[in-house]
Amino acid sequence: MKNILELTFKRLLLGFGTIIVISMLIFIGVEALPGDLAEAILGQDATPETVAAFRAELKLDLPPHVRYVEWLGNFLQGDLGNSLAGDRPIAEMIGWRFSNTFFLAAVSTVIAVPIALILGILAALYRNTAFDKTISIVTLSFISFPEFFIAYILIALFSVQFQFFPSIANIDDGMSLFEKLHSVLLPSLTLTMVVTAHMMRQTRASIINILSSEYIEMAKLKGLKRLRVIVVHAFPNSLSPVINVVALNLAYLVVGVVIVEVVFVYPGLGQLMVDSVAKRDIPVVQASGLIFAVTYVLLNLLADLLSIVTNPRQLNPR
Amino acid sequence: MNGFMKLLRRSPWSARIGLIIVLINLTAGVMAPIICPYSETEKAGDIWVQPNAENILGTDHIGRDLFTRLVYGARNTISIAILATFIAFTVGSLMGFFAAVLGGWTDLILSRIIDVLMAFPTLILALMVLSVVGTGTVPLIAVISLIASTRVYRLSRAVAMDIEVMEFVEAARLRGENIWWLMRHEILPNALPPLVAEFGLRFCFVFLFIASLSFLGLGVQPPYADWGGMVRENAGAITFGIMTPLFPAAAIAVLTVGVNLIVDWFLHISSGLKD
Repeated sequence: MKNILELTFKRLLLGFGTIIVISMLIFIGVEALPGDLAEAILGQDATPETVAAFRAELKLDLPPHVRYVEWLGNFLQGDLGNSLAGDRPIAEMIGWRFSNTFFLAAVSTVIAVPIALILGILAALYRNTAFDKTISIVTLSFISFPEFFIAYILIALFSVQFQFFPSIANIDDGMSLFEKLHSVLLPSLTLTMVVTAHMMRQTRASIINILSSEYIEMAKLKGLKRLRVIVVHAFPNSLSPVINVVALNLAYLVVGVVIVEVVFVYPGLGQLMVDSVAKRDIPVVQASGLIFAVTYVLLNLLADLLSIVTNPRQLNPR
Repeated sequence: MNGFMKLLRRSPWSARIGLIIVLINLTAGVMAPIICPYSETEKAGDIWVQPNAENILGTDHIGRDLFTRLVYGARNTISIAILATFIAFTVGSLMGFFAAVLGGWTDLILSRIIDVLMAFPTLILALMVLSVVGTGTVPLIAVISLIASTRVYRLSRAVAMDIEVMEFVEAARLRGENIWWLMRHEILPNALPPLVAEFGLRFCFVFLFIASLSFLGLGVQPPYADWGGMVRENAGAITFGIMTPLFPAAAIAVLTVGVNLIVDWFLHISSGLKD
């Protein structure tokens, strides 16, 4: 047990260290901007007094490390500063969009995880059969396709040809859960296809890896029933790699969601970030980038922690 | 050359399909001005014309010939992808070899920097860098090379670490050869096979990444043709049942599958497995 606590503690420390370094990098990146933010916004005609006043308002006159601590402190309290375009508080813009993105990711996860696990386990059990090979080719092509290709094929099929679902996934607070689901189904199907492909292949690989290990061979030679070999011997050991695979792929959703949101004009955080990059609205990019990056790091952290905790070898040290 | 032909004769059908796909794309890219009936940005008819004799694949959202755009798109996208992959490999493998050969602090500092860069989701990192330095072809190549080079660094460092402990490297060290000589004559030739396979995989990654960024409007800027950008420009057509944006998207998918097929074949050969 001591071993696990130590590993968990180390991994937690590393994770939070990474988050701090990431936040610093994001902050420094903006510092490295060519020219002065104040002059860039006010234009060249601004008098030195206006520039100075503007700098004071944005607290650009303080030394960088003081501003970093303040920025991070405010961020943790939910004050993300103001957007350059329109001068609106960023927290207001992001909050609603973040929950939308979260909703999309959650729906995709609920669809993708069971499908991927079942297909992966089946492919591993019936490996090298026609079923396995078909799945392998299909998933390999999904991995090779860009997300927007899958998205537009789905649109062409389901919203233009058959008109089942809208091609623009708009949601607002007034909609019932069913209406929301109906509207995000196509985007989440797109994400599902990409993520399932990765998840299923990795599940298959880790199950095969376990089924070919010596203790499984031993269990079979003892004459145990196939079901018992799988449930009692293989399952506990496969839990750790499979949970790891699931969490890592959820982290992958963070990237996939940006493109899919743009395709379906979905009011999420990714869409906002892309728009802000084009407009060079740096504070918004900074805030949404930090949220995405932290989510990604946390999911990776979760993957590692779960695989430490569920690993039988760690749980029963010699 | 003879050895290559022999290898080719024994290649599986999947690798041949891959080779054909890649060759067609490369030829189209190189010969673009010769095979195209129109020029890259020339208006060739009405908007969103369906495929016909004059415009084999129809026209795009402002009436440019889609086939011409597609071929020029191959030229632009593939050349940027190759350039970015080359830069990533030069920088990444050089750093990786340095870290492996020098060890100690060099290794520690380089590896930690790479760790931090890899802790970012790739697309988010690219978006943040592009928001600071602005969009354009040069920033695009720079940011993609940066991201791809982190993965190349990891691989080349690991491979070089294995080679570095071999006796012949030790012998060269004792002869008093300098670090450049070690890297060029001892490490590089032995690290080449895994790096070549990685080149194919990285190319796919870089290529898809450019397509994604261009699709988001942050890659190759108009009026130049680019597959990702073409999908974006014509996306509106699809709700009217016009399949125009699917052509460039399919082109991206086909080329990626093609390169992957070749890489699979190469990995199979270099792993030394029979059949």
